[in-house]
Amino acid sequence: MGLDYENDGALHAKLIEDVLSQYPDKAAKRRKKHLSVATSKDEATAEDKGLSECDVKSNIKSIPGVMTIRGCAYAGSKGVVWGPVKDMVHISHGPVGCGQYSWSQRRNYYVGTTGIDTFVTMQFTSDFQEKDIVFGGDKKLEKIIDEIEDLFPLNGGISVQSECPIGLIGDDIEAVSRKKAKEHEKTIVPVRCEGFRGVSQSLGHHIANDAIRDWVFDKEDVKFESGPYDVNVVGDYNIGGDAWASRILLEEIGLRVVGNWSGDATLAEIERAPKAKLNLIHCYRSMNYICRHMEEKYGIAWMEYNFFGPSQIEGSLRNIAKHFGPQIEEKTEKVIAKYRPLVDAVTAKYRPRLEGSTVMLYVGGLRPRHVITAYEDLGMVIVGTGYEFAHNDDYQRTGHYVKNGTLVYDDVTGYELEKFIEGIRPNLVGSGIKEKYPVQKMGIPFRQMHSWDYSGPYHGYDGFAIFARDMDLAINNPVWGLYRAPWKKIKDAPPTAVAAE
Amino acid sequence: MEKVTTMPQSAEKVLDHAPLFREPEYRQMLAEKKLNFECPHPDQIVTDQRELTKTWEYREKNLAREALVINPAKACQPLGAVFAAAGFERTMSFVHGSQGCVAYYRSHLSRHFKEPSSAVSSSMTEDAAVFGGLKNMVDGLANTYKLYDPKMIAVSTTCMAEVIGDDLRSFIENAKNEGSVPGDFDVPFAHTPAFVGSHVDGYDGMVKGVLEHFWKGSERSQVTGTINIIPGFDGFCVGNNRELKRLLDLMGVTYTFIQDASDQFDTPSDGEYRMYDGGTKIADVKGALNAEATLSLQRYNTRKTLEHCDEVGQATASFHYPLGVQATDEFLMKVSAISGKEIPETIRMERGRLVDAMADSQSWLHGKKYAIYGDPDFVYAMARFVMETGGEPTHCLATNGTSAWEAEMKELLASSPFGQDAQVWAGKDLWAMRSLLFTEPVDLLIGNSYGKYLERDTGTPLIRLTFPIFDRHHHHRFALMGYQGGLRVLTTILDKIFDKLDRESSETGVTDYSYDLTR
Repeated sequence: MGLDYENDGALHAKLIEDVLSQYPDKAAKRRKKHLSVATSKDEATAEDKGLSECDVKSNIKSIPGVMTIRGCAYAGSKGVVWGPVKDMVHISHGPVGCGQYSWSQRRNYYVGTTGIDTFVTMQFTSDFQEKDIVFGGDKKLEKIIDEIEDLFPLNGGISVQSECPIGLIGDDIEAVSRKKAKEHEKTIVPVRCEGFRGVSQSLGHHIANDAIRDWVFDKEDVKFESGPYDVNVVGDYNIGGDAWASRILLEEIGLRVVGNWSGDATLAEIERAPKAKLNLIHCYRSMNYICRHMEEKYGIAWMEYNFFGPSQIEGSLRNIAKHFGPQIEEKTEKVIAKYRPLVDAVTAKYRPRLEGSTVMLYVGGLRPRHVITAYEDLGMVIVGTGYEFAHNDDYQRTGHYVKNGTLVYDDVTGYELEKFIEGIRPNLVGSGIKEKYPVQKMGIPFRQMHSWDYSGPYHGYDGFAIFARDMDLAINNPVWGLYRAPWKKIKDAPPTAVAAE
Repeated sequence: MEKVTTMPQSAEKVLDHAPLFREPEYRQMLAEKKLNFECPHPDQIVTDQRELTKTWEYREKNLAREALVINPAKACQPLGAVFAAAGFERTMSFVHGSQGCVAYYRSHLSRHFKEPSSAVSSSMTEDAAVFGGLKNMVDGLANTYKLYDPKMIAVSTTCMAEVIGDDLRSFIENAKNEGSVPGDFDVPFAHTPAFVGSHVDGYDGMVKGVLEHFWKGSERSQVTGTINIIPGFDGFCVGNNRELKRLLDLMGVTYTFIQDASDQFDTPSDGEYRMYDGGTKIADVKGALNAEATLSLQRYNTRKTLEHCDEVGQATASFHYPLGVQATDEFLMKVSAISGKEIPETIRMERGRLVDAMADSQSWLHGKKYAIYGDPDFVYAMARFVMETGGEPTHCLATNGTSAWEAEMKELLASSPFGQDAQVWAGKDLWAMRSLLFTEPVDLLIGNSYGKYLERDTGTPLIRLTFPIFDRHHHHRFALMGYQGGLRVLTTILDKIFDKLDRESSETGVTDYSYDLTR
């Protein structure tokens, strides 16, 4: 699977040394632990060895003042886990900003009548004022819940997404939620995802998972007839329709997707999850907690899968099928064979245009490893990758994907990323909106790997075609050749993209 | 059920989300998902509720909300502070508090300007919530100073730091004593609690913080005859500031922009990433103390700053986002009165050209009804311009509008026959606007990208003329202020009207008799 190549480890080690030299000593010592060059063991064992824990420290507090790219626990809960649950109203509880900046920004596609029976692309906020800070916001929250019930009676439930002040002023949102849930006979979920908790979005995911466990599971009498091929897809947020491009495949191989979390999900899909036969985890980082819980409490097995690019899709489909036996396995082979001509056509069209292009990635907690093989399926080379909020188990999983000499950066700072990109000058950078424009100013093509740059889906076979097209249009656009004014002498111009070997 | 086995995707014609999910395979899949797994409400109930939201009954309940805010048209203070800081030479914003906020401000600004947006956080977490964030300030300033080589670090706060009561003045002093930055390094600051006011107040606080920092302890010496211009929080600063400078240069006026992010948010692509570009020079901020007068282009963005300018002895005046004919007239006449410089003939010609354009198009604009929302000064400006074209600003809404703004708006509307039926909605949000557009409909909606949901739900054509604009590109690069800006606003409105008319009259053999070549 994938390409055979090695990266320039010596150059990367030098780049690390250079950036560390620019920090004050105390900060340099701390940052050193987060930067590394991947070393693979000999071929035979490389399959089993990940980057070891000591190679990169992760899930540690960001250093003040260095321009971390990370977000907060609220972003992890409201923005990632809860926000996409479409028939619930999610209250951004606290001042106006958090809900405003995250309003409609994660492209969690859904079908529904917004403002009537679905609410994802709306911003509900308690818009805290000074008096709410001084006297507490519980009374206001009660009133807000009543007003929601009055104006949006078709909502399937409510979640309370705590912003920083809630935990600091001692509000009891749990008591309010209990009281109002009883009064309105609705699911109301208080989430303690104040932004100052933890070191990144990651704790927000965990807190949000725990809230599902504590405030959703076993609360309603779920009437649902389960079948032998029932699965939950967990941790696909349906960015640009990703979950749909995945679901279509799972259904084709004969499985029944009884719940998808949380992209395009209704609360009912979460409530019945314990009745499924298998949990398929897409984003391990944000949803492994609840899957482990379901395994312990309800005996539901879980399995990670990867639907980026044909190599991973085929491998994952076969793994999933194996769990269900020969009948599903047979269908799976048919599905793989059915899509083979599409894959071949996409590869034939785009690989020659992308072959050998170098890529640097910096994303959240999953994609820095998951998309690697999709690039390699197109003949592209991953020279550096890193996570905003991964934990050790993510870096262990990353070892299976990266090649010897790959530059690895955890919780990278704005300064480091700029210097790494300048030093490597890859043909493409995949990261987020904050990184997009600095990189493009340098004349380096860029794709947003959180929002798919408003394109997508990228999952599944249908998504692979779009992924390939998008990488091609990013790299091969003529604008990159126009940066230099022709009357400026060449020596003043920055080097253009490095040619493939 | 047997699945459809065809394939919508192909390498020859790659379909992305918009067409892909309209293909029969996906439609069938989504319909079955809904039916079998979503436990949806029956269609009739959804339809009934949707119709109910269009009624006067729902409007009354909606407007009577006391606690819940839905789709507000405002952001929080620190966003304004970060924007303000971006308008000074080599200045890094340092926001003291939780780090997620800074990721949000940067993203928000980048999505609008399509430009880099730099700011750092002091990354406070649980322990800092308990013990205070002094250590974060001390380490943070040292790191920022060393890594990002700023000339100035502008400190503001997130609500977390405000709730626990961190004191910026003493923290910065402490950090200097510990050597984080040199003692004489400029670290102006502003407390910017998110639970007070909105982004326009954060702008005000930060600009005032900068002026206080540089003017403190200095006396006004000789008054130099220059004019300070404070633009306010403006998503169109790139176009506007440059246009205003052009006008002031034409008049031969000496002026200083205090806070100018027009270059910072419009750096060229030539292979070099400029973390800092343009902005008011520190020397000019210092010198601005001796200006004859300080003019604010947006009154509600600069209330405290102007008070400070008053206190140091400058003449002050404020405007409401001067665009269109009369507002630009007033601005230029004020500049002329203060500077003693005549308004040159070339500017009078420009004025005449805007009026000429308005006269050419007046038949298409007269009597058109508008809903306008945005920041207080913008809404004021747009309502005034709309009335100059013979339009009626039926709904004027500012979520961050105060009672003083409401009174000023009412005065403006009362001054024109075109404002007689107008309603002013201070403190209301865009879900309230949704009701209003159903019960008291208008022809056109003026606002920002968030208005697209109103356009979808109510069918009111949206004209994007204010921050944030995420889903259309580059509009902010063109001026709205001044006569030239007025021309752009006029053309944008007219395009929307003509496009709609063409769309509605384009059905062959049915409506296309009205599909006129000349309009």
